[in-house]
Amino acid sequence: MKIILKQVNLLHPEQKLNEQTDLLIEDGVIKKIGGITEPEFKEAKVYEMNGKFCSPGFFDMHVHLREPGREDEETVETGCNAAAVGGFTGVACMPNTNPDIDSAEVVRFIKEKAARHLVDVFPVAAATLARKGEAISPMLELYEAGAVGFSDDGVAIKSAGILRNVLEYSKMMDAPVIEHCEDESLAGGAMNESFTSTLLGLPGIPNVAEDLIVIRDIMMAEFTGGRVHIAHISSKNAVDLVRQAKKKGIKVTAEVAPHHFALTDDLLKTFDTNYKMNPPLRTREDVDAMIEGLKDGTIDCIASDHAPHSIEEKEMEFIYAPNGILGLETQIGLAISELVKKKHLTLDQLVEKFAINPRKILNLPVPKIKVGELANFTIFDPEQIWTVDITKFKSKAKNSPYDKRLLTGKAVAVINKKKMFIDEKMMEI
Amino acid sequence: MSLSSRHLLGLSGVPKEDIQLILDTARTFREVLERPIKKVPTLQGKTVVNLFYENSTRTRISFELAQKRLSADTINFATSTSSAKKGETFKDTVRNIEAMKVDMIVVRHQSAGVPQYLTKISKANIINAGDGLHEHPTQGLLDMYSINERLGRLEGLKVCIVGDVAHSRVALSNIYGLKTMGAQVSVCGPSTMIPFGIEALGIKVYHKIEEALKENDVLNVIRIQLERDAGRRIPSLREYHNYFGVTTERIEKFNKDIVILHPGPINRGVELSSEVADGPYQVILDQVTNGVAVRMAVLYLLGTMHS
Repeated sequence: MKIILKQVNLLHPEQKLNEQTDLLIEDGVIKKIGGITEPEFKEAKVYEMNGKFCSPGFFDMHVHLREPGREDEETVETGCNAAAVGGFTGVACMPNTNPDIDSAEVVRFIKEKAARHLVDVFPVAAATLARKGEAISPMLELYEAGAVGFSDDGVAIKSAGILRNVLEYSKMMDAPVIEHCEDESLAGGAMNESFTSTLLGLPGIPNVAEDLIVIRDIMMAEFTGGRVHIAHISSKNAVDLVRQAKKKGIKVTAEVAPHHFALTDDLLKTFDTNYKMNPPLRTREDVDAMIEGLKDGTIDCIASDHAPHSIEEKEMEFIYAPNGILGLETQIGLAISELVKKKHLTLDQLVEKFAINPRKILNLPVPKIKVGELANFTIFDPEQIWTVDITKFKSKAKNSPYDKRLLTGKAVAVINKKKMFIDEKMMEI
Repeated sequence: MSLSSRHLLGLSGVPKEDIQLILDTARTFREVLERPIKKVPTLQGKTVVNLFYENSTRTRISFELAQKRLSADTINFATSTSSAKKGETFKDTVRNIEAMKVDMIVVRHQSAGVPQYLTKISKANIINAGDGLHEHPTQGLLDMYSINERLGRLEGLKVCIVGDVAHSRVALSNIYGLKTMGAQVSVCGPSTMIPFGIEALGIKVYHKIEEALKENDVLNVIRIQLERDAGRRIPSLREYHNYFGVTTERIEKFNKDIVILHPGPINRGVELSSEVADGPYQVILDQVTNGVAVRMAVLYLLGTMHS
């Protein structure tokens, strides 16, 4: 099948590409960039793009797909559908499933579930068996089965001693160790520790709980020569620590979730459990530090920490409600509204944070916009204004604090694996 | 005269007129409590549920007595296990109870925010009897009533809250209520027990009990709650008593005019010496009696709002 994206603005910062042209795709492969003839227009299905942007497909390197174990909350399929709506052609899913992703069988099970979907799914395997922090997982076998990184997400790798072994072992694969940075002895609160937590009488999680593990991990990365990736960074000092470490040439990268650059902890005053996540929403000062970190490159990428929870679980007394919110379907809108429209990031930088850097961290090839390449694109409209409606989410869950929020910027279509998702429809191309 | 809200979720944001109305109404009920027949028909036909998700003896008994003396029908629902552990959601539990046609819910819960949440899922009047480390408004009100009873005013008084302020729901309600009524509020305790950023509320912080005694009219001494892990924030009860305990010796040396409050139950020999707990400076048992009158006032004012 032949399709033409007419008047599309190709955007690929790595290729130094930013031009409006027509694009011919045949059987999922880029056939022509510009110079499309009249007969070719006639025999292809033509999509008028009117200057919308086409970049390498977005990649979310931190999602929870809940399968296996909690298929009532999300499945690989529903999670991938949410990803496609949100503009993603690839995701990396975290290992805190049931069973954990700590055996090659589970990696293969997830890969198999996603095999026929437009969205590529790359499991992040547990760094230690059952994420208990006691014995390292069969990392070589997991990697061979398709895992792209290692993490005990939900918690930090328990001790420096185990982390050392994980980091040294991971060097054989040049795979990143992805860390949920939270000191166990300071954990257990229900929100950020701040003046607001004092007013609300909710137990707090202080910034320093994150900072301590960030500095430990940086020092361990320096010591072992392994690669550490800081997941969902949220504290101002942690951003500074990563900035200094990068200057010293230590192999550390970082991601931030949209809620940590878009929301602050005073929203907890509503006691709405959709504002409960871990790391918790922090203060304005921290939010400003996230934006600064994104601007100067300290923070490499944006990842949603998409965490589906059932309504019954989220609609609970505040301290008992689980942490986490949905992210895939609102992420690009939040990033454009809060970062691009407020002139913190350029569209080029946005594409780096959404498409290029996450793949580089995971050692995955970055899709190219070149004749002969497989089309792996996200087409997005940075000007489209839309209202979030959780009832329309593709995700099985509905736990989003953004319902009814007005956002600017939306994904229009995604193309990958000879499939295209556009106008709410998935089709073979 | 009526209150500006149909719930009592906390004392934060409650206007002065409302607090004054509750305290004035409580005075009338306080007189009722001195009569041989301590019962009025005010809430006849109203049903109140005491929804207690956390162990409580005195607050629950106080509320129950208040309800009975107003002739309301009272039902107690007490459990120390969270609904989550039982398998039924909190929301379902509340909806079930409400389906039995109740007018008011008095709620105590380990989690802050539960009373607010109840207002969203129930049509009943909600009274907070303590939520997490957040608020305990009727305790704040009865403390204010007792201070006023002893000293004849609240305006311009200096009141210091002593103890594990960071892990106390009594402290925040006292701070909000007393400030609204024009008192000056301070806190005193070891630095591990002072909440983050409390100074931003215009609160002075003491780390020496002697200074707190010297500079205040009232000490509201809060219980050291070993059941809330207080033991992790102080080295020992002995050290706490030696440095922060209120003793007759200290009172006589630094401020003989002091009025001592304590919400109970008292750890004798820890936050108060036995001598102080039974002595002339304290109003502890008055607080307990006043608690019933204040709760009657709150129940009456909320329960008769729309009738």
